[in-house]
Amino acid sequence: MDTLVARYSRPTYQQNEVFSEQDQQDFTDVVPPLSLKFAMPPVAHPSAWLRAATDDRSNPSCPIKIAHGTTTLAFRFQGGIIVATDSRATAGNWIASQTVKKVIEINSDLLGTMAGGAADCQYWLAWLGMQCRLHELRHKRRISVAAASKILANLVYQYKGMGLSMGTMCAGVTKEEGPALYYIDSDGTRLAGDLFCVGSGQTFAYGVLDAEYRWDLTTEEALELGSRSILAATHRDAYSGGFINLYHVKESGWEKHGFTDTNPVFWKTKLEKGEFSNVTSNFAE
Amino acid sequence: MPEVLLGITGKDFTLIAASKAAMRGATILKAADDKTRQLNKHTLMAFSGEAGDTVQFAEYIQANAQLYSMRNETDLSPSALAHFVRGELASSLRSRKPYNVNLLLGGVDPITHQPSLYWLDYLASLAPVPYAAHGYAQYYCLSLLDKHHQPDITLERGMELLTLCADELKRRLPIDFKGLIVKAVTKDGIKEMPFDNDKVVKGT
Repeated sequence: MDTLVARYSRPTYQQNEVFSEQDQQDFTDVVPPLSLKFAMPPVAHPSAWLRAATDDRSNPSCPIKIAHGTTTLAFRFQGGIIVATDSRATAGNWIASQTVKKVIEINSDLLGTMAGGAADCQYWLAWLGMQCRLHELRHKRRISVAAASKILANLVYQYKGMGLSMGTMCAGVTKEEGPALYYIDSDGTRLAGDLFCVGSGQTFAYGVLDAEYRWDLTTEEALELGSRSILAATHRDAYSGGFINLYHVKESGWEKHGFTDTNPVFWKTKLEKGEFSNVTSNFAE
Repeated sequence: MPEVLLGITGKDFTLIAASKAAMRGATILKAADDKTRQLNKHTLMAFSGEAGDTVQFAEYIQANAQLYSMRNETDLSPSALAHFVRGELASSLRSRKPYNVNLLLGGVDPITHQPSLYWLDYLASLAPVPYAAHGYAQYYCLSLLDKHHQPDITLERGMELLTLCADELKRRLPIDFKGLIVKAVTKDGIKEMPFDNDKVVKGT
C-alpha cells in the first residue's frame, strides 16, 4: 500500500522515473529507427505478391494504388543548380494532395527530389539524409554529392525487382566537386549530368527547358525558366499540378525561392505574355 | 505513335509538318515519305496511324473533296471539309473494321482568308486549334508551343517555331524520324517549304 501511495503521490515531473529500465527500453523501441529490417507479408514470394497487388498497368483494379505522377526538374548552370518541382500526389485518378514537398532537404547544401512512389522516396531520402549525417560524423567532413548519390543508387539496386518505384535527383555544391547533379532511379541507373526532368510530366518540362537552356543563364533567368517549365508540365500533364517549389543551390548552400500556386501564375503568364493561346479567356462566348 | 505530325496557324497561313520516315516494325522502308494529301487548292491534310488505313482513308477523302469541287465548281471550305472528314471517320468507327487514322487538317478560307487548323483523332474527335500535334510529338512540342506561339505570327516565325520543335524531337525522341516535310497553306495555295533536316542537334 505504501509503495502504491508513494508511486502516485509524487509530483508529475518525477513520475517518469517510475518506469523500469525494461519499460524505457520498450518505449524507445516503439518508434523503430530507420533501418533495413522490414516486416514481410506472410507469403511465399513477397515481391511477386506486391507486384500483383500494385501493378496498375497489368491490373487496373489492383487493390493498392501507389502515389505516382509528378514533374520534377533540375539543371546546372553558371550560377549553380536550379531545382524545381510541382506538388501534386495522385493515386490512380484521385488527387491525393496538392501540397506535397517533393524537394527533400538532405542537409544545408544537398537536395533530393521525389518522383515515383511517394512513400519509397520519402523513406529512402530520409534514410539517405541519415547516412550522410553518419558519414559526416565518421569522417569529420561533408559527404560529396557523388558519394551520397551512390549510397542511394547501391541501396535501390539491392532492392531491384522487389517493387521499389523512384526517380530522384541529388543536387548539391561541395568544395571538391563544385555544383554536382545526379539522376538515380529504382532500376539502379545513376547518371551525372547538366539537366534532368523526371516524372510523368518530364517531356513537357523538357520541351520548354531544352529550347532556352544555356550554361550562361543569369540566376534570374534560370529561376524563371525552371518555374516556367514546371508550369508547362502542370498545364499539360493531368498528374502534375498544385504549387511550384523552387530552389537554387549555390556555393553557400541551397536557397528556397517559394512555394507558388500555379493557378495565378498560369493566368498571369497567359494574359500578360499572350502565351497558352489555345486556352480561351473569353468566358462569355 | 513514332510518326510526327505538327500544325501551326498564324496571321495569314497554316503550316503542316510530317515526318519523312515510313516505318514498319523495326525497319525504315522509306526515308522520304509524304504523309500529306492536298484536298483542294487551299486545304491540306496530314495523316498518321495504322499502315494501309492511312493512305486509303486520306485518298478516299481527297477523291471526294475533288469530286465536290468538279461537280459544283466551287471548293469546300476547310471547316466544311473538317466536318465531312469527322463524319466519315465517325461512321467508320461504328463499322466492323474502323479506320485507325489520326489527322491534321489545315487550310485558309478561300473567301475570308482566315487560316484554320483542325485536330482529329481515330475516335473522330474534332477540335479547331491554333497549333496541334499527334503522337509522341505532343509530349514534347505542345508545351513548347504553349510558350512560344502567338495567334498573329508571320510565316517566318512559324518556320522558326517548327525548327524549335524539330530540334527538341531530334534531341529527345529515341527514334530517327528522318526529318520533316513542311507545307504552307496561304491564300495563294499550298507550297512545300524548304526545311533544314540536316541540322545536328547536340544532346545535353
